[in-house]
Amino acid sequence: MTTTRGSVRREARIRRPASEIWRWVGDPERLPDWWPGITAAKVDGDERTITLGSGLPMPEKLLTIDDIQRRFQYRITGPLFREHTSTIDVHDLGDDTSLVVYSIDADPATMALVIAGAAGNALEHLRSILEGES
Amino acid sequence: MVQGAPRRKILLVTTDQQRYDTLGCNGGTLARTPVVDRLASAGIRYERCSPQSVVCMPSRSTILTGQHPSTHGVWMNGVPLPLDAPSVAELLRMSGYRTALVGKPHFQPFFDPFQRFLENSLGDSTVPSGGSHRGFEHLEFATHGPVGPLHYSRWLMAMHPEAVGGLYRVLDDALQVNADGGGATAAPQVHVNPIQREWYHTDWVADRTIAWLDSLAAGDDWFCWMSFPDPHHPWDPPESEVGRINWRDVPLPTGYPQDRQERERILEAKPRHWRMWYDGTLVSNYEAPARWVPATLTDDQVREVNARNAVECELIDEALGRVLQRIDERGWGSDVDVIFTTDHGELQGDFGLLFKGPYHVDALMRLPLIWRPAASAQRAPAVVSRPVGLVDIAPTLCTIAGLAAADWMQGASLPISDTDAEARGFERVLTEWDSELFGVGVHLRTITRAGWVLTRYLPGTVHDGTEGELYDTVADPLQRHNRWDDPACRGIRDDLLADLLDNAPPPRQPKLQLEAPV
Repeated sequence: MTTTRGSVRREARIRRPASEIWRWVGDPERLPDWWPGITAAKVDGDERTITLGSGLPMPEKLLTIDDIQRRFQYRITGPLFREHTSTIDVHDLGDDTSLVVYSIDADPATMALVIAGAAGNALEHLRSILEGES
Repeated sequence: MVQGAPRRKILLVTTDQQRYDTLGCNGGTLARTPVVDRLASAGIRYERCSPQSVVCMPSRSTILTGQHPSTHGVWMNGVPLPLDAPSVAELLRMSGYRTALVGKPHFQPFFDPFQRFLENSLGDSTVPSGGSHRGFEHLEFATHGPVGPLHYSRWLMAMHPEAVGGLYRVLDDALQVNADGGGATAAPQVHVNPIQREWYHTDWVADRTIAWLDSLAAGDDWFCWMSFPDPHHPWDPPESEVGRINWRDVPLPTGYPQDRQERERILEAKPRHWRMWYDGTLVSNYEAPARWVPATLTDDQVREVNARNAVECELIDEALGRVLQRIDERGWGSDVDVIFTTDHGELQGDFGLLFKGPYHVDALMRLPLIWRPAASAQRAPAVVSRPVGLVDIAPTLCTIAGLAAADWMQGASLPISDTDAEARGFERVLTEWDSELFGVGVHLRTITRAGWVLTRYLPGTVHDGTEGELYDTVADPLQRHNRWDDPACRGIRDDLLADLLDNAPPPRQPKLQLEAPV
């Protein structure tokens, strides 16, 4: 396929209960706490503006914050993107561990890869924070 | 080594994406390269040097670490080399060498809007915090474009902002490698660049190298990696220099099959991703423009690309000449080892293709490599035909410095003659490719040995794991006749396959993640 759209996934298994992970992932204002390279997140209704390490602001629309499924979805509405949806799912694996899956769909495809790279790094950071607390 | 005695100084010169046949000493006739040719005649010229990867980040990581990509873990562009990876520069620095890296690094991705990668945040200073970065105590970075946080971009934007817009836009609006064409033939990544020659990155790299050398004391031992971003695309050398070579006079390369039917017949005989890329039905990696279809390539476009590439090679040669002159003026002339090489090759019209990708043939895998030992070392000039690799550079630097090679290095100090190569077992060199991009995976393992190149394809998106390529580089130097399925070659094929498996480098665990496109 030579489409300009890309779909990429990153995941991390974290040795903490899903409910505890969701308290971090499901709170749209906590993103800078676990995502290296994002310095601020300001929420106004269903709109969030994050600030990248480069100082670049990036506007987003919050689509889903589902405390039952533990699913978080958002769309970047900045000018670099023709299309974007990211989904974070926290799966309870039943043994006090959880699988956090971060899925990114974007056009241009390059941005899917860039966000995925940073998201993978962020999940590892989240894992080290939470497992370090145990 | 006598403690405190002056040691041989080292200038490691790398270019980016330069073919073996672009140098006069290697039989090239288009670019005039008298400076490198003189180094070759006074030193050791290698006729069969292969990279361990045919793209930038893995190959540069091999030069720095002395390890194969499987082991250092940078399996494709976009996979960052860990900051704690071993570094030959650090060995030299710890032994007392002053160290610098001037030009293109590319151990971490350039595409970095989150500013996650350290190498993109070092442009504020030439001295890294903590005293060194990967063993280099002085850094001045550049890459192909004029935009971004590296030192050259900052300098150009600050000092000559009017020139910034003249360079080619490396990425398009979709953030893909730009396919836009220019020049006289509209060839992709060809561009008319009005920049003054002395502001172009080739001369900047030489200028900054000279400035660093001038900062050293006469008695310092030093190691400088001077890393030119050219002749990698875009082909946008300063327009004032383009008239050196009239593209209309450029002969078509011998590797370019002029007859379309012949070209496509050759591609059909290779594993299927060759023809799929040619037809524009498969994009396996980010390094070539995704919107460009190789089947559209014309004879004149090949001529113009080769002409501009040759101009860039000449500018590099002249820039190197200025640096060597300054070294002589400093009185170091007889105490400096010079190594000249590149990270990988360029298709440049071979098989009707441009750029690079999972194609393990001479266009990408046969590299220029010259080692001109310091005169004080009293080495005889030589030509080495045995296979060597970029993995051998780091141990060679140790040898020059009077150090033992580190146990994490997987190569060996370069041989000084074929006799030396035979005595020390230089029999084979390995090259690997792994790409996984948007659902397309391609995986190659290659061995170059005794006049043969064998590539085994691992299972991937368009390969089932039974495919391969086998070329007799002596009888078939253009690698047009794939002998993989030839019953007459079954013995050599099986032998090379066994050798390839026996010598596979240990893989890094866990596998590093792709974190950016490039």
